[in-house]
Amino acid sequence: MSDDVFVHETAEGSQELRERAATPPAELQREVGSVLRLPEGHYVDVADLDVERPDDETMIINMGPQHPSTHGVLRLMMELDGETVLRTKPIIGYLHTGMEKTGEELTYQQGGTNVTRMDYLSPLNNELVFSLATEALLGIEIPPRAVWIRMLLSELQRVSSHLMWTATNGMDVGSTTMMIFGFREREMLLGFFEKATGLRMNHNFIRPGGTAADLPDGWEDDVDLICENVTLRLDDYDELLTGQPIFRERMEGVGALSAEEAMALSATGPILRSTGIPWDLRRTMPYLAYDQVDFDVIIGTYGDNFDRYAIRLNEIRESIKIIRQVLERMPAGDYRVQDKKVTPPPRARIDESMEALIHHFKVFTEGYKVPEGEVYAAVESPRGELGCYLVSDGSAKPYRLHVRAPSFVNLQSLPVMLRGGLMADAVATISSVDPVMGEVDR
Amino acid sequence: MGARAPRGRAPGDAEVSGDLPVVTLPPEGVVTAASAGQEIVLPARDRYHDVVAAYRDGGYELLSDLCAVDYLAHPPRALPGGVAPERFEVVATLVSPADRRRVRVRVQVPEDDAAVDSLFDLFPGCEAMEREAFDMFGIRFRGHPDLTRILMPDDWEGFPLRKDYGVGRVPVQFKEAPGPR
Repeated sequence: MSDDVFVHETAEGSQELRERAATPPAELQREVGSVLRLPEGHYVDVADLDVERPDDETMIINMGPQHPSTHGVLRLMMELDGETVLRTKPIIGYLHTGMEKTGEELTYQQGGTNVTRMDYLSPLNNELVFSLATEALLGIEIPPRAVWIRMLLSELQRVSSHLMWTATNGMDVGSTTMMIFGFREREMLLGFFEKATGLRMNHNFIRPGGTAADLPDGWEDDVDLICENVTLRLDDYDELLTGQPIFRERMEGVGALSAEEAMALSATGPILRSTGIPWDLRRTMPYLAYDQVDFDVIIGTYGDNFDRYAIRLNEIRESIKIIRQVLERMPAGDYRVQDKKVTPPPRARIDESMEALIHHFKVFTEGYKVPEGEVYAAVESPRGELGCYLVSDGSAKPYRLHVRAPSFVNLQSLPVMLRGGLMADAVATISSVDPVMGEVDR
Repeated sequence: MGARAPRGRAPGDAEVSGDLPVVTLPPEGVVTAASAGQEIVLPARDRYHDVVAAYRDGGYELLSDLCAVDYLAHPPRALPGGVAPERFEVVATLVSPADRRRVRVRVQVPEDDAAVDSLFDLFPGCEAMEREAFDMFGIRFRGHPDLTRILMPDDWEGFPLRKDYGVGRVPVQFKEAPGPR
């Protein structure tokens, strides 16, 4: 270890927001918005920022980790001047369960059960990115039907996650009606997931090599019904929220972020798109078969809460558009690769074939070996770029499993959005970042 | 609030023109290779910051990911271009939105001096990710404004994702529960 002390060693309280006098200048500069990157690459000087107050006029308060509006165990320490937020520091880790470490102890076959619990509002996307990374290392190509099933589930999941967001966001700005509406519609999707995968959440359905099973009989009708209902009810939401003056007053111009700030802060997903940057991995770096379906990337202009609301609402519409195309074009065939080293043979084969029995036994007891290498796979989850960095040492367990969680990274833009705004708007802004703490803390 | 105006440059405005430096990528003297079809770059530790800066100036404006790997228990590995492997590796993934390309910068970090330059001045978004790498691996990032633990408690000892940090089990003690009788 080098001697120069540029790290505050892990002393009590160092993660917390401190008073101005006790904060080192570099840290203070970051907290008050040094991320406002100018085109020339210079930082804004603290002295130039207009809302500064002397220490004795401000107050540091604690919001969370048990505040119901912080969407889980998010704790924010805020410096307030009256009702104006000056500095904010998210303090996280209350839900940390070491899932990346756990992932190193599970085989690739079992890994899905672990990653699916990270972002519990869109578990299928977590499984998808883990499977894509594993498949890239294995160098296998999955059959077309598996690709389209994955795409269908991924889009349904996006609808379900955005509905959940619309519901909780409605509740945060005071519309309990919206909350009930959102949960009601989400229930239909969860019902379908239960029918298709056996579980409402944490499915472990998308696995390396394909999916766990084929879609159930009559899935077309269920999906069709979902599309029809959700489309109709989106119009209700428009009537309830989009055109409503009170809602617009609460959302417009609040929590604004510029395109430069969003890029500098590595924000992705609806936050980046709300600032007007058309960056959606489904379009810009297509995976699965997204280059074969027709959909629009929704972008905003102002980067405020209303834009993020509008983007999510319209992304539901775009997802429905994709789902309808999947319904029409779902290819026939296998739902997983017929490589017996990766996917177990069908149950019925075990009774008649010794080989099948051996493969079955091997896959489930020791898993399959993945060639040495490292790979980064990324998908567009409802919250942004969900990445998986996988290092294999040639054994049946990942040597290193890192998940690039969109909520974790997006949370950094929260202090910038909240700065200079009112305390009462903070809850709406937290909601518009859409953090899922299971994913933030992993 | 309520005033609704775009912050910063409005989308659709002309790009800020000027004499942008011409950047050749990859920078000279840096080992590049492909891993599972993906572009990787392996700079020396003292050139890590410069190389990332060059990529940023060359259009890789989005830092999508930064993490670390501990190669302690990994069988001896050969890195492309004869780069000497070290115990730790810091992996930064950069994205060029214009070219729709990704590049992964992998820098070797020795065990006895586990420190690299922070990318904070280039990408403020690396703040939380570098803190996570510090928290989990004990790798120090020079120039980071607030390098503290982020996921673990302040007083935690050890760095959990290191390979010599045991998975272990904590024995559960049931004290102060004498039972009904």
